[in-house]
Amino acid sequence: MKKLNRFNFLFRSTKGLVLVAISLISIVTAVWGTLSGPMVEWGVRDITVRTLGMELNHWEREGRIIMLYHTIAMAVLAIEVYFITSLVPMKKHQQTNINATITVGYITAMVFGLWFAYFGHEYIFHGLFLVGQSLIFFAGVSLAVALWPWNKEYYLSPDSDYAHTKSGVDLERLAFFTMAVLTLLSAMWGAVTGSYWKNGHETFLAENLIRNPHKTALQKAIIGHLHIMLSLVAVAITLIVGRWLDFKGALHKWAMYLMIVGSITLTLGALSVVWLPWAHTIIYVGSVGVMLAALLFVIFSWKKLIIEGTADKDKPTFMDKIRALFKDPLKFGPGWQMVFMNFTVSGVGIFMAIKLDKIFRVWPAREERITLTGHWHILAALIATIIIMYYWDISGLKGKVRQWAGWILIIGSDLAFAAATVFSMKRLFVKEYFEAPVVNYTMLAMDFGLGIILVVLAIFLGWRLFDLFKQEALWKKEAENPELEINRILPAKPIKDANVEMEVEK
Amino acid sequence: MRKINLPSFVFVLFLLSSCIAQEFKELEPIKYIETGVNPSEWVQIPAGEFMKGQHRHKTIIEKPYEIMVTDVTNEQYANYLSEALEAGKIKIVNDSIMGYYPGDPFDGWKHEFKITAGDKVYMYLKEPGIRIKYDGNKFSVIKGYENHPVTFVSWFGANAYAQFYGWRLPSENEWEKAARGKDGRTFPWGEEISPNIANYNSSHNLFEKIFHKDITTTPVGFFNGKNYDGYQTLDNRSPYGLYDMAGNVWQWCGDDYPNMHYRYMRGGSRTNYEYNLFTWARNSAGPSFYSMYVGFRCARDVKPEPQENNNQTDNQ
Repeated sequence: MKKLNRFNFLFRSTKGLVLVAISLISIVTAVWGTLSGPMVEWGVRDITVRTLGMELNHWEREGRIIMLYHTIAMAVLAIEVYFITSLVPMKKHQQTNINATITVGYITAMVFGLWFAYFGHEYIFHGLFLVGQSLIFFAGVSLAVALWPWNKEYYLSPDSDYAHTKSGVDLERLAFFTMAVLTLLSAMWGAVTGSYWKNGHETFLAENLIRNPHKTALQKAIIGHLHIMLSLVAVAITLIVGRWLDFKGALHKWAMYLMIVGSITLTLGALSVVWLPWAHTIIYVGSVGVMLAALLFVIFSWKKLIIEGTADKDKPTFMDKIRALFKDPLKFGPGWQMVFMNFTVSGVGIFMAIKLDKIFRVWPAREERITLTGHWHILAALIATIIIMYYWDISGLKGKVRQWAGWILIIGSDLAFAAATVFSMKRLFVKEYFEAPVVNYTMLAMDFGLGIILVVLAIFLGWRLFDLFKQEALWKKEAENPELEINRILPAKPIKDANVEMEVEK
Repeated sequence: MRKINLPSFVFVLFLLSSCIAQEFKELEPIKYIETGVNPSEWVQIPAGEFMKGQHRHKTIIEKPYEIMVTDVTNEQYANYLSEALEAGKIKIVNDSIMGYYPGDPFDGWKHEFKITAGDKVYMYLKEPGIRIKYDGNKFSVIKGYENHPVTFVSWFGANAYAQFYGWRLPSENEWEKAARGKDGRTFPWGEEISPNIANYNSSHNLFEKIFHKDITTTPVGFFNGKNYDGYQTLDNRSPYGLYDMAGNVWQWCGDDYPNMHYRYMRGGSRTNYEYNLFTWARNSAGPSFYSMYVGFRCARDVKPEPQENNNQTDNQ
């Protein structure tokens, strides 16, 4: 019997580990967010720099940014891994090893990566940053091993509602496994290219190279790496929320096939930009597969919400169904954010691709850059909102708090992302001389939307911090019941494993 | 449902509000500000090495050259247009000032701009916010804007101006060396930036205080250490004495790179955060693009002189 203490909760339970990672990301975002944008002219950056003793050379700005988003990305990967090791059946010792390795890895990478980038360039810290990333990679290898889909212990019964092959291979497990292997491949791709840093290529931000018709192989490899890593993070969260909301049935089967084939195609396309002039065609094909899989999940999850929300009515009206759909923002939200992504990310991307030479390449590169950086910031932030929705659900937010928090998260983020999209496209519908109101309103909407989310998140984390100091508290309950709720029917032949036994009890 | 409808309503309202009347209306005159800087001055930049780009690669400029101390002003450009019209070098078609450009070589590269020979738009006289007007006979500047940098001029228009007087647009290398000297500095004046040293997003300069934000530009050479009605500026000259090599308006450069034909701009503008004002920061657009945030200055060849020595550099 584990001794229930705070350390065990924070660093040995899934719920605690996710809380730690979200908290660390929030702290880094809050502090490092003061270094750019309006914070600069308000003088906040100078205060941060002076107080913390940062050393910011202008010519190293890109390098710092790269280190910063790598450290945040590592923590996000860790959160997804915690979800996966809790949601997908595996041995308890596998879960423990994977979680421990990735936790040490991402915290090491985060602390020493930022230390190296922002507080003088002590190369020992850069080495430790690489150690951290290596541990994360090793955790990924262990995860892939744990997810091995052809382990008969995890085969599904022929009458299972969940996607499976005739022989019983769990297709969702296969999708998780595929995603994990592809992520490892893509991470390796970036690591190998990154090893040429200062030894063949120089730090750059991809958006600064967009108009250069002759990119080096190393530059193309980095561009492929960053795009596919974010895409695979999105694939992972889609699979995770599918698990959370008990995705099953015919749509599940189609979605898993599409997701597996789509992920493989997308990854091969993204990495082949190095040598294939028509790599984008492969990418488009892969993207269609992945996005169709996500669409099937959205259809399933919304239909489920409507059915469950109108179960007490014999003949629910249209409005009853709408009310049921919107009843729980945290469960409606993941699907909605995936739909919304099409307006602010995919739609914008397709439009840009079609009108690239006629419109966007005539515009200043800095404008095109805003659109490009905007679209991946929005995609990353949408993933973050889905993670938060899931975590708020795990934390047991109920009643009005759940409603308010959920809707603020959805409306605030969508308002900000829509405003960012309008901001980046403003030249399409307003003459430059009249841009000022559009710029002002959109900036205001972005600041308001993101600001209100950050306030709610800060209140939530403040509550969780306060809760840690209480004796009879949520953290204790979570420590006693550390794993995520799994709605899924167990494999045909249940395994004797602590992690799964817990599910059986439920 | 109300929760969904409210933001949708606000969003639609916002879109409608942004679709306010966008028709052309001539600008009101503004107060003329004398900076004491002469926009007709040139400065010589010696041939030799400089540190180029963010990663400071040693780069050599083979020949010395001269470059304008300030951006070309509205007054200078209006005078050019009047002279060029008289000389038959430009024509006005549907309120567009146009002139001939011989075209760029085309290699059929992916996304390569095809720029054929023919008449190109230099400036559109009915563009909202434009500071130059035409009365059917000659060109003039709306009062108060005479010494502001000319804007709304395409690369074709900037290039034509330079060529009309036997000059050229500076190459990116020439522009960068003129901006940062030999020591690889980040800004033309050094390493730090503050609101009263350049016209950029954070500057909130005198023009914003006494007029309104739509002015967007400051007169060339405005940030020269002078005090304007209580607004104390800092001197933003580069090591070679050029003003406004960071902020105010982006500046067209002359290079035509094969397989792309975008034209590059340097310096950053009123709308940009500080990192766009770095001496190595680049921007680009199609040569037909014009903007209220883009201007230019010219360069010209000089007779080759002996390469500069260290003492000369130290003196700069």
